[in-house]
Amino acid sequence: MALRVELKNWFYGFTPPEQGAIVLGHRRVYIVPSRLGLLFGAALAILLVGSINYALSLGFALTFLLAGMGLAGMVQTARNLAQLEVRAGRADPVFAGEAAQFRLGLVNSARHDRPEILLRHLASGAQRTADVGAASSAETALAVPAARRGWLPLGRVMLETRFPLGLFRAWSYVEPDSRCLVYPRPEPGALPPPAPSAQTGGVRAHAQGSDDFSGLRAYQPSDSPRHVAWKSVARSDLMLTKQFAGEAVAELWLDLQDAPASLGIERRLSRLAGWVLAAERAGARYGLRLPGAVLEPGRGEAQRAACLEALALFEAR
Amino acid sequence: MNSAPSLAPEIRPIAGRDLIPLLAGLAIAVAPHALRSAWWLGVLTLALYLWRAAATSRRGILPSSGLLLAVAAFAVLGVWLEYRALFGRTPGIALLVLFSGLKLLESRNQRDAAAVVFLTWFLAITNFLYTQSIPTALGMCAAVAASVAALVGFAAPRRAPRANLRTAALLLAQALPAAALLFMLFPRIQGPLWGLPQDAYAGLSGLSDSMAPGNISRLTLSDAIAFRVEFERETPRRRLLYWRGPVLWDFDGRTWRLGSPGFAELAPPRGGARHDYAVLLEAHNRNWLFALETPASLPPRARYLDDGQIVTLAPLRTRTRYEMTSVTEAEPDAREEAHNLRRALRLPPGFNPRARALARSWRESSQNEPAADAGVLARAIEFFRRERLQYTTEPPLLGRDAVDEFLYETRAGFCEHFSSAFAFLMRAAGIPARVVTGYQGGDLNPVDGKFTVRQSDAHAWTEVYIRDRGWIRVDPTALSVPGRLDAGMARAVRAEDPLPLLLRPELEWLRELRYNWEALTHQWNLWVLGYNPERQRELMSWIGMRDADWLELASTLFALLGAFVAALLLWSLGRFARPDPAQATWELFCRKLRARGVARAPHEGPRDYSERAAGALPAAGEAIHRIGALYIALRYGRARPPAALAELRRRVRELQFG
Repeated sequence: MALRVELKNWFYGFTPPEQGAIVLGHRRVYIVPSRLGLLFGAALAILLVGSINYALSLGFALTFLLAGMGLAGMVQTARNLAQLEVRAGRADPVFAGEAAQFRLGLVNSARHDRPEILLRHLASGAQRTADVGAASSAETALAVPAARRGWLPLGRVMLETRFPLGLFRAWSYVEPDSRCLVYPRPEPGALPPPAPSAQTGGVRAHAQGSDDFSGLRAYQPSDSPRHVAWKSVARSDLMLTKQFAGEAVAELWLDLQDAPASLGIERRLSRLAGWVLAAERAGARYGLRLPGAVLEPGRGEAQRAACLEALALFEAR
Repeated sequence: MNSAPSLAPEIRPIAGRDLIPLLAGLAIAVAPHALRSAWWLGVLTLALYLWRAAATSRRGILPSSGLLLAVAAFAVLGVWLEYRALFGRTPGIALLVLFSGLKLLESRNQRDAAAVVFLTWFLAITNFLYTQSIPTALGMCAAVAASVAALVGFAAPRRAPRANLRTAALLLAQALPAAALLFMLFPRIQGPLWGLPQDAYAGLSGLSDSMAPGNISRLTLSDAIAFRVEFERETPRRRLLYWRGPVLWDFDGRTWRLGSPGFAELAPPRGGARHDYAVLLEAHNRNWLFALETPASLPPRARYLDDGQIVTLAPLRTRTRYEMTSVTEAEPDAREEAHNLRRALRLPPGFNPRARALARSWRESSQNEPAADAGVLARAIEFFRRERLQYTTEPPLLGRDAVDEFLYETRAGFCEHFSSAFAFLMRAAGIPARVVTGYQGGDLNPVDGKFTVRQSDAHAWTEVYIRDRGWIRVDPTALSVPGRLDAGMARAVRAEDPLPLLLRPELEWLRELRYNWEALTHQWNLWVLGYNPERQRELMSWIGMRDADWLELASTLFALLGAFVAALLLWSLGRFARPDPAQATWELFCRKLRARGVARAPHEGPRDYSERAAGALPAAGEAIHRIGALYIALRYGRARPPAALAELRRRVRELQFG
């Protein structure tokens, strides 16, 4: 088995995963005639036999011109991929069930353009076509379905082109070191009650009237849009956030224990992910408690990302 | 965003932008066929093309397959009614032309359209069955270029059409060296590989194997080239340029026909002046090679017949080049078989009583002379000189006793009337005579110094056999119309007679143009169209491969083609932007540091890297810092002083780690 993998790596000319920028050396570019190319060969054979039979000098000339064009086309097809540089970009986290968008940059240092480069994700069949101009670069993204939570490696990607004549198909494989974090699929469910738990020491001073407006403060990126003082934004350019008395009270602990044990670990994690989203939507402060990991309560994008990441990477003992 | 979801060519629909080059290529390839064939064929095909174009501009009203089948059936029926055949060259091509329109209408995706491109190439090549002239070649090049642009368009549907056109042109330009190699070195086989259709060589013109009044005069209205000649030294005088062709022995009162000569050894003629020359003979679908009288050598694979004809074993269906030596004004050969002489005296009974009486009177009056035959001949020559018969390309129609009518009533005719009458008179007087057809004269092209002999130079003369001397040429036309030999036909005929365009004296400038064009065409014929197995052998022995068989040719070809592909690959891969010198020097620096165990991480910028390296290699710390700063200045700074680059290079070169 290991030998087979090694043989394959040798055959394809690289050892996955590849770090940084990958340049497709010409040894890594394979080329065979396409189906159209085979038809082209058959057509040339017929033209040649006709030219011989009728002793048509110009028939020979035309047939040979087309044959030469086929050869030049073969070289140009290989050239369309050779020395192309592939750079894997960041893939933003997604929820399981969505498609992970793997960004891939194609950098062309040659003086000719490289049109019609097909990128195909081998495992999922996701594909895009990119055109790269002369001495420039292009970015494209492969939408790879993310089925399960955790790290999703990009895996093998085939780059293929049939430009300029469609008679030959050149291809090359890359396996960039790129992975995408997949959060558990969020399961909608009612939030657990904001348990006045032991750690927080019960109800605070302004426990009631969480909707009581208590003043304005400067906007922070993590603030919920619902709390932005839009009226004052309209008056001045200043982004301000409304503060409510009793906010500190809505502090939730999202605990794996609170999710029904009957659901199984994956669905319980999904339920928790759903709670994280709900709590964030509600503008609450929330913490996460998993076996072996505790995230202190907080709020905003960073907290949400940290919680979801913990859920994505949680490993049950 | 310059990326898009991709569609396989099997399902990618044909867009208007794909259709333009596709239709253009097809139309150019089909146009000459449409002009050659029945008018309704061209109109129907054009209608099918326009139908397809309209379907693209207004989305998806392509005909159903049932309707297409009906159109196809009508088209096949039409071709059958027109030509009474479906196979053979002309009806076959007519069907192919119609099929191109039907295929276009049936094409929905780009894979179908690629089949139309291949069809365009077939149609282009069938044009060469009719003509392989330079204009046709250029036209078909245009058709191929357009179809290749269409093919590129299918492969890159989102690229600008102009860029695709440029790519197509580049591809064809890159194809030229390979095409030239293949053309020269691909082992040539002399066709045909299988039986050709009956009508394959219809339309080739030239002399035929019989001569009836009107045959040759019709031929002489054609400007078409019969052959071109290149003399090695000076050109013989025009009046000696008798190009000998078929020799006619048998007369039935109206038509002269070929005899049944046997193969013979060519006896080198005595006396006269030798001329070496090369002939490039147009295909005429007959076996004769034309040579100046009297031939002294034979081209390879040609046979000599005992009546002085030179023939090949197969009809000449391609332009053929051969080298000859001839002797003008040679002494005649006195040897001749008795049965041939008997044949040369035979006459059908009951024709031309007045001519017979005339011949008898010559025989009787020279009865007492020592050389009776020579006396009869002298009287006949005298008769033709004196009678001043008229020379015309529009001879009046003649009845049963054609010779009598020509000599005594109409008194105007063309060379076939003169030679036929003369040979008849000679036979009637008891002197063996035969008619020789061929060409007389020709004109010198001042551009390339070569001699052009046209169909309008076709001629017929006679030969008579005088005992102890042999066959002697007598040209009765020249006797009656002395100007014919020196001035050519244009001066000899009556002013109101029709002449081929190029023989008209008032069109001097047109002739100039024609001379240039024909000189070019001659080179084209010689080097492109005339390239055959024989010339290939010549070329091979010239580059040092004597007696190259097909295996040697093929291996040479493959080696050279491989070199071509490798060169093309190197050229196209080598055309990358060179890294700038600062970058190259920086990479050298990185390699040096890596050798010391400080490799640059892929994410590490030059500042961080030199910082870290300086820490790791304190002995060279200062130099490393300086190199980092120089590189950053050169690479990212606004001013890039050359002195900084020089310093960077020096410092990297001299970098020591203590």
